[in-house]
Amino acid sequence: MPMVNIAGKEVEVDEEGYLVDLSQWNEDIAKYMAVEEKVELTDAHWEVVNFLREYYAEYQIAPAVRVLTKAIGKKLGPEKGNNKYLYELFPYGPAKQACKIAGLPKPTGCI
Amino acid sequence: MLHIVNKSASERSSLESCLRLATQGSAVLLIEDAVYAATTGNAAAAKIQAAAAGLKIYALGPDLAARGMAGRVLDGVNVVDYGGFVDLVAEHSNCQSWL
Amino acid sequence: MSDMDDMDDGSGIIKKFMFLNRKAPHGTVYALEGLEVVLITAAFDQDVSLVFTDDGVYQLMKGIDTKGIEVKDFSKTYRALEGYDIEKLYVDRTSLDARGLTEDDLIVDVTVLADDEMANLMAEQDVVISF
Repeated sequence: MPMVNIAGKEVEVDEEGYLVDLSQWNEDIAKYMAVEEKVELTDAHWEVVNFLREYYAEYQIAPAVRVLTKAIGKKLGPEKGNNKYLYELFPYGPAKQACKIAGLPKPTGCI
Repeated sequence: MLHIVNKSASERSSLESCLRLATQGSAVLLIEDAVYAATTGNAAAAKIQAAAAGLKIYALGPDLAARGMAGRVLDGVNVVDYGGFVDLVAEHSNCQSWL
Repeated sequence: MSDMDDMDDGSGIIKKFMFLNRKAPHGTVYALEGLEVVLITAAFDQDVSLVFTDDGVYQLMKGIDTKGIEVKDFSKTYRALEGYDIEKLYVDRTSLDARGLTEDDLIVDVTVLADDEMANLMAEQDVVISF
């Protein structure tokens, strides 16, 4: 699998650019992935990215968008727990983009 | 002889056959789903304990831990790690895997 | 995870689906594969029941530590099911008893059924998928 150099560290990614070993994740990697995805990271983006990492640590999966939306609404408030808000932050899909930036494995279950 | 069993005793008959055919003084190592048989309250526990009189029974620790069973091991069963697994293979002149 | 949220086959028909888990968690890939199918199925808004019987009850053990065998601990994922609106989890008393277990040993809240109750639950399903 391809190796990329991120902030002086060799990091393995899969053919679609997802981090292979999520224990390697750090903020530099998140910033690199965000540039790849053409997403400019703001505090609002970080809030979702950190939420995903916490969710993964607790449940060992990346949530379906429907579940992510509901869970974010519960934790961060209804004005953030909706598709419009999440797609504005991650236009090509919170599943695909936010997970990649959060260093989580490629979303499964996309048929 | 070292006998190695890796199937759950509640799903396959390999443990039962192993205990029936292992000769006095042999070693039986339970790995993977076979480790459940060596836990308290399991339907196979009485058989394991009866067998422990004539056989040396071992269970692989990492497999017990991965199944939430580390704290439930029967008395008379020796828990080994991967190094212990290697030692058992080295100590015995022959070995049978009950697949 | 999927971007095809709120997917619907358009028919609006809700069927009773039972996922029947009868295998221990790590010796075979059935338990993990079954769990993934359940998570995907959750997107279709069907009436899903999840049953753990025979060695399947071992999937729900508390205190699992998979570091030593270097595989993912997917027992944590069963606790995410509630967020996927999968809330009907059943085990049968017979399987627990044969393994010296009680519901306190399990990582999620389940309904414990007697054999006749489990039999009736199975009989009333439209679809039973076995792992």
